[in-house]
Amino acid sequence: MLGWLFASPSDRRLLGAGPRRAPTAWVIAIMSFSIMLIAATGLALANTAGVLSRAIEARYALEVPAGAQNLDALLGAIRASPGVTSAEAVPESEMRQTLAKWLGPAAESNELPVPALINFDAGAGADLGAIQKRAQEISPGARISAHRDSVAPLLHSLTLLQWVAFGLVLLLSAAATAAVVLAARGALDTHRFTIDVMHGIGATDLQVTHLFQRKIAIDSFVGSIGGALAAAIVLLLLTTGASFAGELTGGATLGLGDLMILALLPLALTALATWVGRTAVLRALREDL
Amino acid sequence: MAAVAEFDSVGLRYGTGAEVLRDLDFRLRTGAFYFLTGPSGAGKTSLLKLLYLAQRPTRGRISLFGEELTDATRDALPPFRRRIGVVFQDFRLIRHMSAFDNVALPLRVAGAADEDVEGPVREMLAWVGLADRASARPPTLSGGEQQRVAIARAVINRPELLVADEPTGNVDADMANRLMGLFTALNRLGTTVVVATHDIGLINATPGAQLIRLENGTVVDPTGSLKNPPRSAKNQS
Repeated sequence: MLGWLFASPSDRRLLGAGPRRAPTAWVIAIMSFSIMLIAATGLALANTAGVLSRAIEARYALEVPAGAQNLDALLGAIRASPGVTSAEAVPESEMRQTLAKWLGPAAESNELPVPALINFDAGAGADLGAIQKRAQEISPGARISAHRDSVAPLLHSLTLLQWVAFGLVLLLSAAATAAVVLAARGALDTHRFTIDVMHGIGATDLQVTHLFQRKIAIDSFVGSIGGALAAAIVLLLLTTGASFAGELTGGATLGLGDLMILALLPLALTALATWVGRTAVLRALREDL
Repeated sequence: MAAVAEFDSVGLRYGTGAEVLRDLDFRLRTGAFYFLTGPSGAGKTSLLKLLYLAQRPTRGRISLFGEELTDATRDALPPFRRRIGVVFQDFRLIRHMSAFDNVALPLRVAGAADEDVEGPVREMLAWVGLADRASARPPTLSGGEQQRVAIARAVINRPELLVADEPTGNVDADMANRLMGLFTALNRLGTTVVVATHDIGLINATPGAQLIRLENGTVVDPTGSLKNPPRSAKNQS
């Protein structure tokens, strides 16, 4: 099945000695480099979204907009509620510190009503309606909101970015295969005479195709691996302390599964390019006679 | 006698142009030697292309080796092409390959292993007097040498049908006689030979050969081998 990969020296001589490395290999190397970086970014974004999503899945906030004089009573009531695994009040100083980012020194004013905030984790058995009702008995106006609701737009954006990354990987793969098709057609034109002679003495289209398929496979493999290695070096630099690492990966790391996907990408690109090249050559040959 | 090739009302046109071959109706007998003659532009090369399956007829039917091939699929043709040796007018040698590799090509295409190629190719190169030029590339060979490499390539597979288009057009008289000697030797071994040529001397020097004359794309001087000789031919005889 893979016999075509191991052409004899005489078969290799049929296409003559071309340049040491065809432009196709360089094009595929650039595509492979870009695909690897984009795929790594997409996977890191997926991990970030996963980490974030898991962290806030059971997390809620109890907010009293006008502030609460009896914060300890509220905290005690929440902690005593069934299903609540932890609860913690956000200190007023921290709230004012946060508000200072928008209001400046005015955030320190005692006239400014600072909302009270209690973050708590609630398990499966928690009745949020009952918790809110109990909190409102202590502090009217208290309301519960899920963290996931407030982070939903961010998670949505992260999901969107993953799809964008996936789309870019597909687009770049398509561009790489388009380059292979053009190169295959160019090679057919260059070797038209040899092909005609081969056909004339009884070579089948498959025999002719194998000559080109092998060359395309080697160029694609060399380009894919070269680009992937370059991308791996860049990713290594990014994840070992470059200042913009966080910007690219969102601080998330790539797991073993992600690394395996990344390792398979250049091989998949090689297989795709070879298959497309073979199809392009066969189709072009069948346009004759 | 069995026929190597049979043409039945065959016509050929390129694109939308006028027919370059029309009403070709003849058969080539197995083991015979034919000369194909006619003025330039008569359609000799086109007829040969039909014969070595480089072109499909636009009408009529062609049978080769007893098989109807007019509507044969593209994939069905290579095995038939391997039974035909072709000597092109312009040699059609692959320039970047040695004389050895050029001659070996039909064997390799037919699937012969490298160790089974060496002996026959050396023998064939010696047969055409080029044993010492095996590693030379075509551009470094003279016209006559290239012609002999082309002939060696055409006959290395012991073809059942040998088709040669003006094989002596680029060589001197001595070399032409020598090449014809190769063809007649091959013919004696059972190969049907069809040679397109203008050279009357060559035709006269080949006893037993039959003549097919083309004019304006049709056969006008069949030699008894045609199923339905055209009226002009009947009148002549």
